[in-house]
Amino acid sequence: MSLWTHYHTPATVDEALTLLAGYQGRARVIAGGTDLLLDIRHGHTPRPDALVDITRISGIATLRQDGDVMALGAGVTHAQIVAEPVLSARATCLVESCGVVGGPQVRNVGTIGGNVAHALPAGDGTTSLVALDAEADVVLDGVRQWLPLRALFVGPGQSRLDQTRDLLVGFRFRLCGPREGSAFKRIMRPQGVALPILGCAAWVRLDESGARYDDLRICIGPVSKVPSRAEAVEETLRGTTVGAEAVERAVSVARETLRPRTSKFRATAEYRQEMVEVLLRRVLPLAAERARTGEAIPEGVGME
Amino acid sequence: MSKLHITVNDKPYDLDIPESRTLAQVLRYDLGLTGTKIGCEEAECGLCTVLVNNTPVDSCIYPAFKAQGAAITTIEGLARGEELHPLQRAFVEHGAVQCGFCTPGMIITAKALLDSIPNPSDHEIKVALKDTLCRCTGYTSIIHAVHSAASELRGEGAIPWQPRETITPLNAVGRPVPPQEVVDKVTGRARFADDYVFPGMLIGRTLRAAHPHARITRLDTSKAKALPGVRAVLTHEDVPGKNIHGLVFADWPVLCADKVRYMGDAVAIVAADDADTAARALELIEVDYEPLTVVGDPEFAHSPAAPLVHEGWETGNLLKHIKVRSGDIEQGFAEADVIIEREYRTPTIEHAFMEPECAIGVPAGYDAEHPKLTIYVGSQIPYDDRRQTAIALGLPEDQIRVRGTLIGGGFGGKEDIAGQIHVAMLAQALGRPVKMLYTRQESLLFHPKRHATIIRIRTGAKRDGTLTAVQATLYGDAGAYASLSDKVMTRATTHATGPYVVPHAKIDCYAMYTNNPPSGAFRGFGVTQSAFAVEQNMDLLAEALGMDPLELRRKNAQRVGATTATGQLLRESVGLLQTIDHIERDMRGGDPAFRWSWREGDKAYAWGIACAYKNTGLGGGAPDRAAAEVEVFADSSAEVRTSSADMGQGLSVVLVQVTAEELGMPVERVRVLLSDTDLTPDGGPTTASRQTYVSGNAARHAAITMREALAAVAAERLSVAPEQIRFEGGTLRADGSVVAIGEVVGWMREQGQEAKVRYVYDAPKTQPLGTGGDMHFAFSYATQAALVEVDLGTGAVKVLKIIAANDVGRAINPKTLEGQVEGGIVMGLGNCLTEEYIVEDGVPWSTLFARYRIPSIKHTPEIVSHFVEEQVSTGPFGAKGVGEITSINTTPAIANAIYNATGVRVYRIPVDQDALLRALKAGATEVHATWHDVK
Repeated sequence: MSLWTHYHTPATVDEALTLLAGYQGRARVIAGGTDLLLDIRHGHTPRPDALVDITRISGIATLRQDGDVMALGAGVTHAQIVAEPVLSARATCLVESCGVVGGPQVRNVGTIGGNVAHALPAGDGTTSLVALDAEADVVLDGVRQWLPLRALFVGPGQSRLDQTRDLLVGFRFRLCGPREGSAFKRIMRPQGVALPILGCAAWVRLDESGARYDDLRICIGPVSKVPSRAEAVEETLRGTTVGAEAVERAVSVARETLRPRTSKFRATAEYRQEMVEVLLRRVLPLAAERARTGEAIPEGVGME
Repeated sequence: MSKLHITVNDKPYDLDIPESRTLAQVLRYDLGLTGTKIGCEEAECGLCTVLVNNTPVDSCIYPAFKAQGAAITTIEGLARGEELHPLQRAFVEHGAVQCGFCTPGMIITAKALLDSIPNPSDHEIKVALKDTLCRCTGYTSIIHAVHSAASELRGEGAIPWQPRETITPLNAVGRPVPPQEVVDKVTGRARFADDYVFPGMLIGRTLRAAHPHARITRLDTSKAKALPGVRAVLTHEDVPGKNIHGLVFADWPVLCADKVRYMGDAVAIVAADDADTAARALELIEVDYEPLTVVGDPEFAHSPAAPLVHEGWETGNLLKHIKVRSGDIEQGFAEADVIIEREYRTPTIEHAFMEPECAIGVPAGYDAEHPKLTIYVGSQIPYDDRRQTAIALGLPEDQIRVRGTLIGGGFGGKEDIAGQIHVAMLAQALGRPVKMLYTRQESLLFHPKRHATIIRIRTGAKRDGTLTAVQATLYGDAGAYASLSDKVMTRATTHATGPYVVPHAKIDCYAMYTNNPPSGAFRGFGVTQSAFAVEQNMDLLAEALGMDPLELRRKNAQRVGATTATGQLLRESVGLLQTIDHIERDMRGGDPAFRWSWREGDKAYAWGIACAYKNTGLGGGAPDRAAAEVEVFADSSAEVRTSSADMGQGLSVVLVQVTAEELGMPVERVRVLLSDTDLTPDGGPTTASRQTYVSGNAARHAAITMREALAAVAAERLSVAPEQIRFEGGTLRADGSVVAIGEVVGWMREQGQEAKVRYVYDAPKTQPLGTGGDMHFAFSYATQAALVEVDLGTGAVKVLKIIAANDVGRAINPKTLEGQVEGGIVMGLGNCLTEEYIVEDGVPWSTLFARYRIPSIKHTPEIVSHFVEEQVSTGPFGAKGVGEITSINTTPAIANAIYNATGVRVYRIPVDQDALLRALKAGATEVHATWHDVK
């Protein structure tokens, strides 16, 4: 059965909004479509009358660096992110997370906007954008505005965006500067659905001496219904000395504050709890090391 | 309809097509570029990969209008006329093509890699090809091919294929001859069933059951029939002949009448003008069910509480009780100093052949080429398709023709009837061709799978390691219909001693009907399951005895003069010890510092080994017959014909080599025609690792008879004795005369003789189980060693290396044999680590390819392989079966390695890192759970 009837490729945001409005809920926004079309095929999303492809909107598929700020159009593909040297060096966790999504064919088409709009509690790209404290450029209820990325998420698979009338236009975040670094890793199982058992992105800023954590942002998912920061873990580390002891303190706070759940045919809560600890032990030192040396080479891209 | 402007392979198109098309649909159905394959429509398998502006994308979920204005490259765009692209040449040279269904996607994906990285590392190749799946090759040959093409494209020359050590090759036999269809497979010209199109062809679909076990109380098709564009809706009332089919027992309704027994059961079939209309028609068919208690597992099936799956079956839900009795089991265990008893479980496994089932029915009298009802299908048993279709349609068999297309992988999964009867019914009813292509999801739901088993096994040995007894109870989940369960579970039972001398054995197997998908043939045929239990018990014994695992196996290994537990004296061709020698040498290499296991940081490493054996041929008293025909032509070419199937395993080239060898012809001058019930004689089922042996023998004897006839005619003309004539290079030579073989064909014709021989080969007689004597006419043997890495932080298991040695009798074609070994190993790796078809109370959960993971190129370990050629005197040039033996012992070798690495033994597969890690943390030594239990 064909999955849609009409296909539009608007050239501007306004044109896209007008098209969506015209279909009165019977059209959906499509970017890469690598998730959406499968959702329609499997009946998770009602079959739309029309698809409004936003990837030809002027500027939506480009990356733009403005000083220390990086702006990504929602239509930027995972492959574009992985191939961008500035991101590898200064937003390493984003490259690491986008580099493990699907295979090359999916990364070539699937977009960062689609990943966010899908609103999974452990969306790989989303996890890293949260750690990078990204903001989203959206049109909600006809009003174009910047929102903190985290404010978009409502529940598993649900965001504030109504895909039949709203639009996600892009993102911006501050690139890592001196004494800042980031890292992402995830745990997969070789069986069943290719969703992470757990993913973890961390952004770290060291103090002038390089010996203490000045600030951190850690996003671990799925531990709650929406992508979220491990704030208690961040708090326990701020101002403390970098090293194994600090990591173990983080692990023990994580054990007390994070309560991952069992998901059928993915992971037991007990295993996920163990993985929270494993990921903190692997990600935190890596992010801190990158912050200390100012050098970062993304790991695991294309294979994990 | 809207205008789509695209360029495909440098040719501009202006198409007026619906906006709802995917790019794959445009390429395949609007432009007829059928080289691009559709394997899953889930962006999982990568078979549909094409380049959009030089970037690989999955065209099956790529809206065509997304490509507006773009330049598309498909497999058809790579070759320049007859000049193959270096990648295409390299795939041929390195044996990187088996069934060929993934080949276009693989080559196109690799092209994009080489366009951007001219000298890729193994790692970069794996990254690029990670989501382009292949079920046949095991990927190693693909990696070699990509390196070779890269080298050629850099101007450094192609890298030749590296031969393994074999016994001295003959003229054709023993040489790495390429299969005749391989060039078509790399160019996209190869035609599989869905690539055929006939004018006026309709699209067929099947309505499947809504419950795993239910009575049908009402069935109303009137609304569906009334839908415009629907040409027919047929139910059980429309089956012209008997509404039943089945390979061994006829227990499977063509269309369900009174009840449904599993979710894949067919209730109605429709034919419509297009796929969308057919799909809508299915939604309009009204069926009321009265659900019945679901028989969800074989142990429940055996209990008095279980309702009957088949009311008429004499032994209730017990499809078959299979017994092996040998010696005195009490005495055997009384003699034992150590006894190991354990329970193992193996899951349902899906074949995941890359080509979903497709059949086309063309009605009798449709055109000059189709005077009789014709079924196009990629099938492992064309003659049995014809037999079963004839019964269902109430037609004599000779009024039906089954024309085999190329087969995109089978592995046992294309032996049962799929859409063959349904398309025949629709075509006959409508007088128009009807195509039925299953979606991947329907394929997952419908076709018979590898049996899930529960195996309790008790092994006894003396202090010196001599085995004294094996007692085992196996439960096999046969599913809703018998299929080949009887045979498969018999093999699991008879092989449950392992390839060892076991004086006392008592083995019972219960094959149970359930409401799960049927189980049937799958590479390994039951032995895959029993080997998982047998070989882990062997390691447990070795540990209890303080013996080296290889030594324990060597001590008990079957050898010439030994007798199997079924009472068969092994008189020749028992190469197990030699396979153990190869593993011993490669793994340990006389290194005094050799360790079975070690640790580095948070990683544990270890080796594990396992042995296996597998029968060649049907055995058990079944007549094992194959016919082949050899014809020689005046142009000095020849053709060998048999209905036997080549599903990628390489039978076609084996037949060419055997024929060319006996006729002294160049292999390029010998063609092969397979799988056509009108044009090729019956080769029997392509199953049980039998075709190289039986059809190989049939072709060989046909060729010998042909040669004798040619020699007789030539001798008379040349006035020499027939025995003086030598057949060399396509000529007959004697006494200074050299005559082309085609010229002798002309002489034969002048005498009114046809240069055509049909030979019916009957394999040596075998005995039914329980009667002693030769249950099989040959066995293949193997030993494998697996090196694994276990991440002690996550429990994740990675296989780094496999060393394999296989006793195959004779390597007729070392290159295709290598492909069987590498592919078998990776399939075994999937069986152990990645795969499980989950059914919950009769309802399959694994209904998407995204929920059933087969190994991808990233799982491919380093593979070192050795051939042992212990020839079997009755085999063609000494050959015996190879298709299955290569895959059987990978799983237990990995399982034993995991134990050696971690001290935790896995009693269930697939190995669950979650459960393994929790066991490690808890200090436990056993894992009985799998990810199936994560709920």
